[in-house]
Amino acid sequence: MGKTLLRKVWDQHTVRKLPTGQTQLFIGLHLIHEVTTPQAFDMLRVRGIGVAFPDRTFATTDHIIPTLDQSRPFADPLAEAMLAALESNCAEYGIPFWNLDSDRQGIVHVIGPELGLTQPGMTIACGDSHTSTHGALGAVAFGIGTSQVRDVLASQSLAFDPLKVRRITVDGQLADGVFAKDVILEIIARLGVKGGVGHAYEYGGSAIEAMSIDERLTVCNMSIEGGARVGYVNPDQTTFDYLRGRPFAPQGEAFDRAVSWWRSTASDPNADYDDVVEIPASEIEPRVTWGINPGQSVGVSDTIPATGAGVDEALAFMGLSGGAPIRGTKIDVAFVGSCTNSRLSDLREAARIAKGQRVASHVKALVVPGSQAVLAAAEREGLDQVFRDAGFEWRGAGCSMCLAMNPDRLDGEQVSASSSNRNFKGRQGSPTGRTLLMSPAMVAAAALAGEVVDVRTVMSHV
Amino acid sequence: MSSQIDRIDGPGMPLRGDNIDTDRIIPARFLKAITFDGLGDHVFEDDRAAMPDHPFSNPAYGQAKVLLVNENFGSGSSREHAPQALKRWGIEACVGESFSEIFRGNSLAIGLACVTVSREQVEQLMALVEAAPDTPLALSLRERSLTAGDLRVEIDVDEPVRDALLNGTWDATGMLLDDFDVVRGVAERVPYIRGF
Ligand code: SF4
Repeated sequence: MGKTLLRKVWDQHTVRKLPTGQTQLFIGLHLIHEVTTPQAFDMLRVRGIGVAFPDRTFATTDHIIPTLDQSRPFADPLAEAMLAALESNCAEYGIPFWNLDSDRQGIVHVIGPELGLTQPGMTIACGDSHTSTHGALGAVAFGIGTSQVRDVLASQSLAFDPLKVRRITVDGQLADGVFAKDVILEIIARLGVKGGVGHAYEYGGSAIEAMSIDERLTVCNMSIEGGARVGYVNPDQTTFDYLRGRPFAPQGEAFDRAVSWWRSTASDPNADYDDVVEIPASEIEPRVTWGINPGQSVGVSDTIPATGAGVDEALAFMGLSGGAPIRGTKIDVAFVGSCTNSRLSDLREAARIAKGQRVASHVKALVVPGSQAVLAAAEREGLDQVFRDAGFEWRGAGCSMCLAMNPDRLDGEQVSASSSNRNFKGRQGSPTGRTLLMSPAMVAAAALAGEVVDVRTVMSHV
Repeated sequence: MSSQIDRIDGPGMPLRGDNIDTDRIIPARFLKAITFDGLGDHVFEDDRAAMPDHPFSNPAYGQAKVLLVNENFGSGSSREHAPQALKRWGIEACVGESFSEIFRGNSLAIGLACVTVSREQVEQLMALVEAAPDTPLALSLRERSLTAGDLRVEIDVDEPVRDALLNGTWDATGMLLDDFDVVRGVAERVPYIRGF
């Protein structure tokens, strides 16, 4: 039997078997941001421990930064204190930090791949559950908590239990108007929000292989929404082409040597999986969530479920009725952004829908690029103008209304059409705010119509 | 070395519902701080506001140490603030049907035990505590059992978790630094650090 990528990477990074029975794994790349790290640095100081490999940790700021007025100090003193803490911690320990004044700043899961820091065969950790995103390039990437951030800083390693591998094969061609976001929402709807606990999800099949890296990033990003801490796609020519020339990718002949190693990390054709799931691409349509967890989604031509576990609570919170079509659900806010869907290709898809149209008068619509590089590239293509002309606000790079730790948030019971990843109660900043997750193109279409519409009907006109 | 934890004794609190995520345990606005201090005051703040009889607002459960939960507790965000908030409120163990992986790991890292029992057993325990909130619960990691009045159930706890709590190695830093030369060895071996 051959080995999976997970197994190979695991073996290559094993430091030792711990007395507890867990495996101590070396972490090749550690990414940090302002929210989950100040306490970790404090714990190091209290214990008098240094940072073992300061050149294997990279920092940026994303969660708390305002997307309108970024002048310092921030209007919010708590946000200012968090950024100041990261600045001084990075300075004290010699950790490279892309701050607001850097053209490399952005959402941590957007900049890692973009800079070529994220590479196949690596182990990656970050104090953020969407670290699974980085698996799109064939890395094994773990979301961790603050005490584990401390441990990576101290030892460049972590203690883990073994993971099983579930192969999820999506074969066939996605229909027009069906995006990577719809694929992962479908996967989570089928396997459940805890289906992936204890597993790494390996995504494959012709539909995944045909995806760009941006699209694979979207799929891997939401692995955690399916309960899988780790998700990955085997590295292939698309991966290598994406990495070539990126600032932290190997250059020149070293790149070719890297490619042969990267190739060797992919799962063997006869690899042994703990479980295999097949989902035909043709069965997937644009999806929308109707509930309070990301597993609660339906195809846009379906009706909202009326019965089932947790349905009553979800519908009561969402103010929706079971049995009603999801299409036509009124929205107040439209948000294109987040580490799930804020890359250039996402903005292009949304702009394609928005071009020459107008946002409905009752809708507040925001476009928040995932990084300064995405922002600059979008502006070079004139996407900012397309959005502005259509009545969208064009903002600075960051997490923004994905979790509303900055001034961008829902008010009261507003309903948001959002390209982000979580529709939890209160997630977008108002305890009673409601989130409908969907692809960026669907968000743009909803912004224009003022309600949930099937992007495929809109696309036939563009 | 961190403290050895072999048993937790105290009243329980039933918190019904599947998929209770960490945004609900501690809403993101309370993450805007550079310490974990005071998080206990805001545990489930928005759920409590929406639901006046929320268990965390009910004085009958004010002394609870064992939190009884259903399926996939602690899903979502990796914020350690969630178990920190529970612990700072006074919770010392979570007993439930299942936990999200990251939440369980974060809990272990701060010495908060997460153990599982079946859906029926959770229901029995919840019903018992709802009927008599003062009932002392005794969770023994050593014996893998939970006793509440006349009810005794076997708990399921992963061996590494149990070992770490019993031996006081749940704070992993020391253990991870024990053999640092081997860590260095791996760093010198992996091609992306050694150089392609
Ligand atoms: S965009 Fe949202 S999910 Fe992604 S890192 Fe930021 S807050 Fe987390």
